[in-house]
Amino acid sequence: MGKDTTQIETFYDVMRRQGITRRSFMKYCSLTAAALGLSPSFVPKIAHAMETKPRTPVIWVHGLECTCCSESFIRSAHPLAKDVVLSMISLDYDDTLMAAAGHQAEAALEETIEKYKGNYILAVEGNPPLNEDGMYCIIGGKPFVEQLRHAAEHAKAIISWGACASYGCVQAAKPNPTRATPVHKVITDKPIIKVPGCPPIAEVMTGVITYMLTFDRMPELDRQGRPAMFYSQRIHDKCYRRPHFDAGQFVEHWDDENARKGYCLYKMGCKGPTTYNACSTVRWNEGVSFPIQSGHGCIGCSEDGFWDQGSFYNRVTDLTQFGVEANADKVGMVAAGVVGAGVAAHAAVSALKAAQRKTQDKKEEA
Amino acid sequence: MSDTSLNAANSERPGRGAAPRLTGDASQADIDSIRTQTSVFVYEWPVRLWHWLNALAITVLIFTGWFIASPLPSMDFAEATFQFVMGYMRFAHFAAGMILTVGFFGRIYCAMVGNQHAKQLFYVPVWRKSWWKEVLIELRWYAFLEKMPKKYVGHNPLAQIAMFMFMTIGLSFMILTGWALYSEGAGQGSLPDQAAGWVLTLFGNSQIVHSVHHLGMWFIVIFMIIHIYAAIREDIMSRQSMVSTMISGTRTFKD
Repeated sequence: MGKDTTQIETFYDVMRRQGITRRSFMKYCSLTAAALGLSPSFVPKIAHAMETKPRTPVIWVHGLECTCCSESFIRSAHPLAKDVVLSMISLDYDDTLMAAAGHQAEAALEETIEKYKGNYILAVEGNPPLNEDGMYCIIGGKPFVEQLRHAAEHAKAIISWGACASYGCVQAAKPNPTRATPVHKVITDKPIIKVPGCPPIAEVMTGVITYMLTFDRMPELDRQGRPAMFYSQRIHDKCYRRPHFDAGQFVEHWDDENARKGYCLYKMGCKGPTTYNACSTVRWNEGVSFPIQSGHGCIGCSEDGFWDQGSFYNRVTDLTQFGVEANADKVGMVAAGVVGAGVAAHAAVSALKAAQRKTQDKKEEA
Repeated sequence: MSDTSLNAANSERPGRGAAPRLTGDASQADIDSIRTQTSVFVYEWPVRLWHWLNALAITVLIFTGWFIASPLPSMDFAEATFQFVMGYMRFAHFAAGMILTVGFFGRIYCAMVGNQHAKQLFYVPVWRKSWWKEVLIELRWYAFLEKMPKKYVGHNPLAQIAMFMFMTIGLSFMILTGWALYSEGAGQGSLPDQAAGWVLTLFGNSQIVHSVHHLGMWFIVIFMIIHIYAAIREDIMSRQSMVSTMISGTRTFKD
């Protein structure tokens, strides 16, 4: 390990080599501390870690996915994102970003695993399909699930990028013909951090990596294994349209007057109240906007099974269990109606029977 | 035939004078009836208070819960700053939910320290053979196959099943899912989150918890229909008092 340390450059070395001034470097450290919700006293700690620690080797594998996580990641808007974030990790294997291809690429993977056993981070984008022995996703001539298990065996920790790796996303939506399975259900003996979203916010992705490198541990996770600093609140809790929700002012139809006024999209099926993510605070594309700000409800892409929660445009979810499209209200009203009719009929029969008995009693008395 | 002889015997003994406190319009038939009526104290005051508080809370919860899922048409009587329609709706829902929760725990306490009838809500004696026989009789009574219903001091077996299903299980479910949903706003690490936040993880997606909580409302509505109908019907038809018992605590048997 000591030998490795001397071989790998520190983050700071890489930055300086790329012509980044110390001033810019310190600026980066303080912005990172702010993004992670840390006090200013952590800035020197981050700087110290980056000056002395060797870069952490990362293996980034791709299963069933659309590469939107990678697309998001490389657009991280924090200062020096392109140069620093991709340099501070030693991205030793990433088949969509690396120069090598084919056998060379596979050799690089083997080499990294062999060289940094127990020290590298495995980032997984997408998930393995398990049906037909995993034949629905082939990497380098072998099922992806085999590559995943192989790479996970000696990993220090695993990052599940995006809704695919975290929960399954669209390929795992019902009826899930390929049996696409989220990473934590395949790899059960490693610490896994979920960074859901379709894709996750760029700054959230780089923020998680920076935290892990700086402190050499996982950030605090919530019950579902997501970093609490980005996923502990709902979109709804920090939404700038929340005052309209509390006031009872809603968009009733697309393009109505209320939509133009920027009222709450709750009635249009916005999933902000059930979705844990940082969109309403961090926002997207250098903080330019996020779905609700552009006038469309949240679709809940960072939630488990978000494709199976009925239409994106309904507030009360359709219950597919009932065969036809029905929601809780329709089911409940039918059930209550049936019971109500039954009660009415029962009351009528009761009254008739009682009347009948009375006349019989009278006859007997007579 | 035998009735008349009994009446005659009764009227012979203490006669009209036996009920001096009755007002003048009491007929001979009334006096005879009084003699056959018996009553027994069933529900202590905390149980009765819980019943009506619970009923009130459930009514408020259903009303406000409905409007939280399907809000009223947008109102524009003021700027959003001065208008709080949805906020008050949710406040009423949460407040009623908390009263219901405290009441439910109070009711459990009643079952522990109160009389034997206060315990009936929380169990179904499936292990008792005689109880199953009575379930059958009660089913036959509701299917118009029994001429006379049986008398019960507390709940009849069918009512006990319904109470257990809808109140013990149904209310527990609504309290648990309700607090899980409340914990989303209260925030991670808050008391509601520590107590019920795991329910959200259990279902995976909070949208599912919203849906089952909503279905649970209809479950309670169905119970209300059956409960109110059965109470009024049995009050009229089953030889014993029902509705007034939950006010005075006394069950009166009419023959």
